Amino acid sequence: MLARVARSAASEPFISCLTRTHHHIFPVLTNQIQFSRHFNFPTRKNSPSPFAAAAKMEDVRVLMICPMNSYLEQELDKQFKLLKLWAHPQKQEFLKQHSESIRAVVGNATAGADAEMIEALPKLEIISSFSVGLDKIDLIKCKEKGIRVTNTPDVLTEEVADLAIGLMLAVCRRICECDKYVRKGMWKLGDFKLTTKFSGKTVGIIGLGRIGLAIAKRAEAFGCPISYHSRSEKPNTNYKYRASLIDLASNCDILVVACALTPETHHIVNREVIDALGPKGILINIGRGPHVDEPELVLALVEGRLGGAGLDVFEKEPEVPQQLFDLNNVVLLPHVGSGTIETRKAMADLVIGNLEAHFMNKPLLTPVV
Amino acid sequence: MATPIQKPSSPRQQLGQIVHLGLSSFLNTHHKEFSSKFQILRPSESKFPLDQFFTAEAQNTQAAICSGGFKLSADILRHLPSLRLIVATTSGLNNIDLSECRKRGISVINAGNIYSADVADLAVGMVIDLMRKISAGNRFVKTGLWPKQGDYLLGSKLGGKQVGIVGLGSIGVEVAKRLEAFGCKISYYSRKKKPCVSYTFYSNIHKLASVSDILVICCALTEQTRHLINREVLLTLGKEGLIVNIARGAIIDEKELVRCLLQREIAGAGLDVFEHEPRVPQELFGLDNVVLSPHFAVYTEGASRHLEEHLIGNLEAFFSNRPLLSPVLDDE
Repeated sequence: MLARVARSAASEPFISCLTRTHHHIFPVLTNQIQFSRHFNFPTRKNSPSPFAAAAKMEDVRVLMICPMNSYLEQELDKQFKLLKLWAHPQKQEFLKQHSESIRAVVGNATAGADAEMIEALPKLEIISSFSVGLDKIDLIKCKEKGIRVTNTPDVLTEEVADLAIGLMLAVCRRICECDKYVRKGMWKLGDFKLTTKFSGKTVGIIGLGRIGLAIAKRAEAFGCPISYHSRSEKPNTNYKYRASLIDLASNCDILVVACALTPETHHIVNREVIDALGPKGILINIGRGPHVDEPELVLALVEGRLGGAGLDVFEKEPEVPQQLFDLNNVVLLPHVGSGTIETRKAMADLVIGNLEAHFMNKPLLTPVV
Repeated sequence: MATPIQKPSSPRQQLGQIVHLGLSSFLNTHHKEFSSKFQILRPSESKFPLDQFFTAEAQNTQAAICSGGFKLSADILRHLPSLRLIVATTSGLNNIDLSECRKRGISVINAGNIYSADVADLAVGMVIDLMRKISAGNRFVKTGLWPKQGDYLLGSKLGGKQVGIVGLGSIGVEVAKRLEAFGCKISYYSRKKKPCVSYTFYSNIHKLASVSDILVICCALTEQTRHLINREVLLTLGKEGLIVNIARGAIIDEKELVRCLLQREIAGAGLDVFEHEPRVPQELFGLDNVVLSPHFAVYTEGASRHLEEHLIGNLEAFFSNRPLLSPVLDDE
């Protein structure tokens, strides 16, 4: 039977072949097809059968856009045919060469799949992002073409929230600056100056999603009153909702960006918001660089119109505005929000799990599209 | 317990006279208001040696403020025969000869809970810094290495880690409360088990070190706690273990700590205090897995205001024969 099934697969779309010839054996599959047609789900043009997929997963060509995690690379290499885009200086040539065979793309916060890349890969079925943010993927194009998209929510929520609080403490209490002070032997010359108390400061959160809520929970343990701004007020929280971002910035001591990057939230922290936050205010960005108008931020910090900043993300990573390097009220990190060994492994397992599920025709673990 | 302190009758003075023992940047910041309320003698600004100053100026002085760095010995107390009250600007009292104070009937007040939140904040800040390499990452970016070297090293997950608090006093409790919100599991070591506390108690420091990923030192420095954290405890803490000290330098055997860090017997350390401040072992300066600060856990503008209120409130009460605001401490 398997041989007959395999031969059929060569000549006609496999699913319809199966359902036609073996609907009594695969009633569930038949129902699934009927279900998906009835509800107008995008049908996958080249969907494999469970048997063929399981046997041939190692032949599935997966394109990894950039280096992101060696454990992920190793596992992808073991289970699939891994193609590493960054290893080829002539990227366009390489894509052309493999365009008919690439069925999956693995991207991350730095690089994903824009419309051009999606168009260049006609056999693309799934994009599995090694990130929770999806701003590097053209989701509309994916929906149009029936390409599935997955990300890595939940496993990195706590990590990013921990880092947000770590940045708040580092900026308020000048931890990095003091460490430098001691290492340069300056303590012998005199005590350090007074710093800003963190406990009890009002924390304003832009975006009260998973990460925003985790930040709120932690800040509350320091006695920090919490307020937030988002598209709509969230039920079941005691936090103060501010309908306007200017209102939020004017009424908090520390403003933290924790929302998704979309066209609406691009440069959401602009000069007006920065001025509302003020010369004693502190901005923390653990979202995406483009959330903040970076030149305006740099100007405000250099001119002393903003009290301080803790930044894990930038508009053009890994480029960071050099004017920030000498500012002691600014702490800069190289996009390490989810950067722990444990979390990156959990993210990698999700990426692989989603790919496996797709190619074995099982429900995706964390689908977005 | 706040009770009025009986002072021997003395000529009524316009402003109460206080001797300020030691230096304090806090008080210098609020010099004006403080000076306006009291007559303050500042021996540290005098060209005369202390004993001469006291003999000449402070024979009738009944109240003193004592800063943390000042060694208030029995000898000093002998030169201040009228002293009835000492208000320390610190929570720690290891620099004051408490048994001599007791003998002389001198009441001692410390800073109580004024600093607990700020000190706890620094302790937690150091824990996160060590786990997530914040100071090291900041250096990496600011020296322009990110575009050249690519992604930075991965840190370590904080959630689920076992935190061992050494000394569950007012600071220890604040540290515990904060780290719980990050998903840490809390245990503690203390002279006695604390009632109404859900954290696991260990009466043995080695046992605490053996179950902990991170040790946070929050206890007072006494004869019993001097070098409490010795080489054996550090080795028990282990190669993945971290230690944060925001209490007193001498609670840790500093030479052994440095050795363990250099030999990678422990994973890292956050230190606000040292055995011979402001001297800091230079071998630490080249390490990326340590965070160092100049004994400044209490130096926030918020704490500074609270200290001023605390000092003025208690001293005004003393000079008006009213009950003090803060409890008088027993020598334990």
